[in-house]
Amino acid sequence: MTATLDRAAAPQNAAAGAIPSFDVTLKIRRYLPDDGAGAPEPYWDEFTVRAHGTDRVLDALHKVKWEEDGSLTFRRSCAHGVCGSDAMRINGRNRLACKTLLKDLDPSKPIIVEPIKGLPVIKDLVVDMEPFFASYREIMPFLITTGNEPTKERLQSAEQRERFDDTTKCILCAACTSSCPVFWTDGQYFGPAAIVNAHRFIFDSRDEGGAQRLEILNDKEGVWRCRTTFNCTEACPRGIEVTKAIQEVKRAMITRAF
Amino acid sequence: MQTHQYDVVIVGAGGAGMRAALESSTRVRTAVISKLYPTRSHTGAAQGGMCAALANVEEDNWEWHTFDTVKGGDYLVDQDAAEVMAKEAIDAVLDLEKMGLPFNRTPEGKIDQRRFGGHTRNHGEAAVRRSCYAADRTGHMILQTLYQQCVKNDVEFFNEFYVLDLLVDHDLAAGHVPDGEEVNVSGVVAYELATGEIHVFQAKSVVLATGGAGKIYKTTSNAHTLTGDGMALAYRRGIPLEDMEFFQFHPTGLAGLGILLSEAARGEGGILRNSEGERFMERYAPTIKDLAPRDIVARSMANEVREGRGAGPNKDYVLLDLTHLEPAHIDAKLPDITEFARTYLGIEPYTEPVPVYPTAHYAMGGIPTNIEAEVLRNSTDVIRGLYAAGEVACVSVHGSNRLGTNSLLDINVFGKRAGISAAAYASTASFVELPENPAATVVAGLEEIRTRPDGDRVADIRKALQETMDLNAQVFRTSESLTQALEDIKALHKRFRRVSVQDKSKMFNTDLLEAVELGFLLDIAETVVVGALNRDESRGGHFREDFPDRDDKNYMRHTMAYRRPLPVKGHRLWGTDGDGDHKGSFAHTTVFDDYQLVLGSKPVTMTRYQPMERKY
Repeated sequence: MTATLDRAAAPQNAAAGAIPSFDVTLKIRRYLPDDGAGAPEPYWDEFTVRAHGTDRVLDALHKVKWEEDGSLTFRRSCAHGVCGSDAMRINGRNRLACKTLLKDLDPSKPIIVEPIKGLPVIKDLVVDMEPFFASYREIMPFLITTGNEPTKERLQSAEQRERFDDTTKCILCAACTSSCPVFWTDGQYFGPAAIVNAHRFIFDSRDEGGAQRLEILNDKEGVWRCRTTFNCTEACPRGIEVTKAIQEVKRAMITRAF
Repeated sequence: MQTHQYDVVIVGAGGAGMRAALESSTRVRTAVISKLYPTRSHTGAAQGGMCAALANVEEDNWEWHTFDTVKGGDYLVDQDAAEVMAKEAIDAVLDLEKMGLPFNRTPEGKIDQRRFGGHTRNHGEAAVRRSCYAADRTGHMILQTLYQQCVKNDVEFFNEFYVLDLLVDHDLAAGHVPDGEEVNVSGVVAYELATGEIHVFQAKSVVLATGGAGKIYKTTSNAHTLTGDGMALAYRRGIPLEDMEFFQFHPTGLAGLGILLSEAARGEGGILRNSEGERFMERYAPTIKDLAPRDIVARSMANEVREGRGAGPNKDYVLLDLTHLEPAHIDAKLPDITEFARTYLGIEPYTEPVPVYPTAHYAMGGIPTNIEAEVLRNSTDVIRGLYAAGEVACVSVHGSNRLGTNSLLDINVFGKRAGISAAAYASTASFVELPENPAATVVAGLEEIRTRPDGDRVADIRKALQETMDLNAQVFRTSESLTQALEDIKALHKRFRRVSVQDKSKMFNTDLLEAVELGFLLDIAETVVVGALNRDESRGGHFREDFPDRDDKNYMRHTMAYRRPLPVKGHRLWGTDGDGDHKGSFAHTTVFDDYQLVLGSKPVTMTRYQPMERKY
C-alpha cells in the first residue's frame, strides 16, 4: 500500500522556516500478531509523507499513524531521546526515532524502518523487551554496601564520581544490545546494556558488590563473548563508549582492580 | 478477564509510584501497574535538580525553603504541606544518595548544590545554592535509582497495563452522597496492551501516581503519554480536581518544539535576551532577574514577543544566551540540554544563543490530598484506602506556581508518604466488595470505540483540542478566550462520541488506547478552562488580562471541580453539603451533555506566612 499525503507545505515556524519542507518515503517492516487465524508473515509497507525541516523519524511515523494508517504500531513516549522507548533500525542502523532528523538521512531515497533485531517481534516495530530486562536484572543493578549506613551522605570525590559517569547515562533502550552480532546469534549473551549497567556499579567507589558482579559476568555468556565489533558504541543514542566500558570490565576481571 | 488481589495497588511507575512501592512492598503485598515500562516514565526527563536545605555549600535552612515555596506559589500553597516537604527534603535527598544516586560532588565529596529559580537566602535576599543535582539529568538518575531499588526489592510490576477505571463503593458522579458518609476504594480495572485482556485488581489501598496532563496543550515539554489518566479517572468517579486552572509554562522550551531546556541553564549563569540583545529580566525582576519563578519569566518572555522584541525571522521567540560560559563548564553541568539544541535546532550553544519560548510543563492542580497523601472527596472527607502523590495530586505544595526542583522533591516526599500510608491502612483494613461486573463499563466503552466502523479520527480531535488550548488558555488568558476554549471543548466532546480507530485488532492496539487517552485529555481540559474562567484574578501561573491583579478577598481559596449528574427535578443536589464551599466566587456550574461540572472551593491552610505582594 502506498499513500501520499497532500498537505500544504506551510512553514511551521521561524525555527523550521529556515529549512524547507520536503516529501519523504518510509519503507516500514510490518508484522501483525497471530490472532489465531494462522501464522502471519512480515511484509513491507510504504508511505510518503510531507516533512518539515526539524521533523524526526518519529514525527513521520506519527504522521502515518495519525493521518494514514492507525494500525501502524510502535512505542514512544518522551520524544526527545531520554525515555528509551523508540529504538528501531533506521536505514540499517539502530537509533532512536525521536532523535533522528529526517533531513540528516537522505530523503531522496526511501527510509527503511525495521524493529530492532534479536528480540521477538510482537507487532510491527514493537519487540518483546522482557529478555533484555531479564539480563539487566541479573547483573544486580543496584548499589550494594555493607555495614551501617552513614547518617549523612557517603562521601565521594569528583574524580571518583567521574570514573563511572559515562555509564550512568544509559536509558535501557536496547539499541546497543540489539545491534550486537553476538546477541543476534546467541540470545543467552548478557549483551552490552547489561554490562554497561554492571560497569556503572563496579566502578562506583561507594559500591561493594563488584566481585559478585564480575563473577556473574565471567560466565560463558558473559563479557568474554564480546568480539569488540563496536556496533554497540556506534548505536548508543546517549554517546556512551559501550565497547570501552566492556573492555574495562574485562580488564577488571583479570586484574581484580576496580 | 483475570482477577487479582493485592493489599496495595500503585498506579504509575514514575518517581512517585516507585518511591511509594519501595515503602509499600516491604510492608504488604503490593503491585505496581504502569502503562509504560517504569524506566520510560517522564520523571526521567527532569533535568535541573531537587532542592533541599542541606547547606552543603552555603548557609541555608528548611524554613527559608518553605517560605520560598509559599511565596513562589503566590500564597495559594497549603503551608503545612510546604513545611513537611521542605523539612523532609533533606532526608529525601540523603535517602536517594544512600540508594546510590550519583549526585555531583563538592570538592569535599559532599552533594553539590546550585542555584535555581525562586530559591533564595533569608526570604528573598539573593539566590541560594539549594538544588542537589546530577549534571542536567537529575530526573533520569532518580528514575534509574528508584527502578534499581525496585529490582533489588523484587517489586511486582504489571508493565504496559492501562488502568481505565477506579472502583469505589459510592460513585460520586452518579448520585448524591452526603458529606461525612464513608466512601471506600475497592480496586481498579486495567487493560493489558499486549493481549487486549481485561484485569480487575481488587485492593485495600490504591495509590494514584500517574503524573501530569501536558498533552492538553500543543507546545509542551511533556511526553506523548502524559494524558492525565489518573486525574480523569478520579474526576469521572466524582472525586474533585483541585486548582486545575494553574498550569505551569516553563520559560525555556526549544522554540517551535517545546523540548525542555532546564532552568539550570540560568542557574549556571545563562541569560535571557530579546532581539535587541537586552537582558530584559532586569526590568521585570530587578533582584533575582533571570532566576525569577517560572510564571514571571514565562510571562515576561511572552510580553517581549508581544511588544515586538522577539528574535528570529518571525520575531516569535527570545534567546537563551550561554555564550559567555566556558565550554568546559557547559559540558560538565549542562551536557544534555546543549545536545538538544544541537540535535534538534542545529544550534551550537558555545557560540550561538538558543531560541526559546514557554512550553506547557506542569499541572500544579490535581487530585486533592492531605499531607498523609489521602485523597479528599470534598474539603474534609477522605476516601478510605485511596491515595495520590506526585503531579497527579494536589496536596498543595505548589499553590498557583511550582518552583523549579520542587516536583522531584514532591514525588520523593509524598510518594514515600503515600506508600507508608497505603500500606498502614491495608494492614488493618479488609477488602471492600467489588461491584457486580466491575469491568462492564470499561469493556463496553472500549468495544464501542474499537468496533465503530467509521467516524472522527483521534488525531484530528486531539489536534483541535491542543490548538484551542494553546491559543486560548495559555500564558495570557481572558474571559473571551476562555469562553471560546470552553465552547470548543464542548464541541470536541460531541465529536469524541463518534471517534473511531482503524486498528480493529486486540493485540497491542495503541490506536485504541490513544482514543481512550484523548477522552481523558478532554475531561482534564474542561476542568482547566472552567476553573480559569471562574477565577477573575491573576495569581501565579494563571494570568487573566481582564483581571491582572491578585484578589485575595474573593479568590484566596482552592478551586474544586466536581463532576455531578445533571439535576433531577425536585432534588436539591447540594442541599446542606460542602459547608458553604459552593458559594461566593466559586458558585459556578457548567452544564455538559451528560453531566455538570460544579465548582466549589477549599480554604488555603496558612500557618506562618501572611500573604504579601510577590516581588523579586
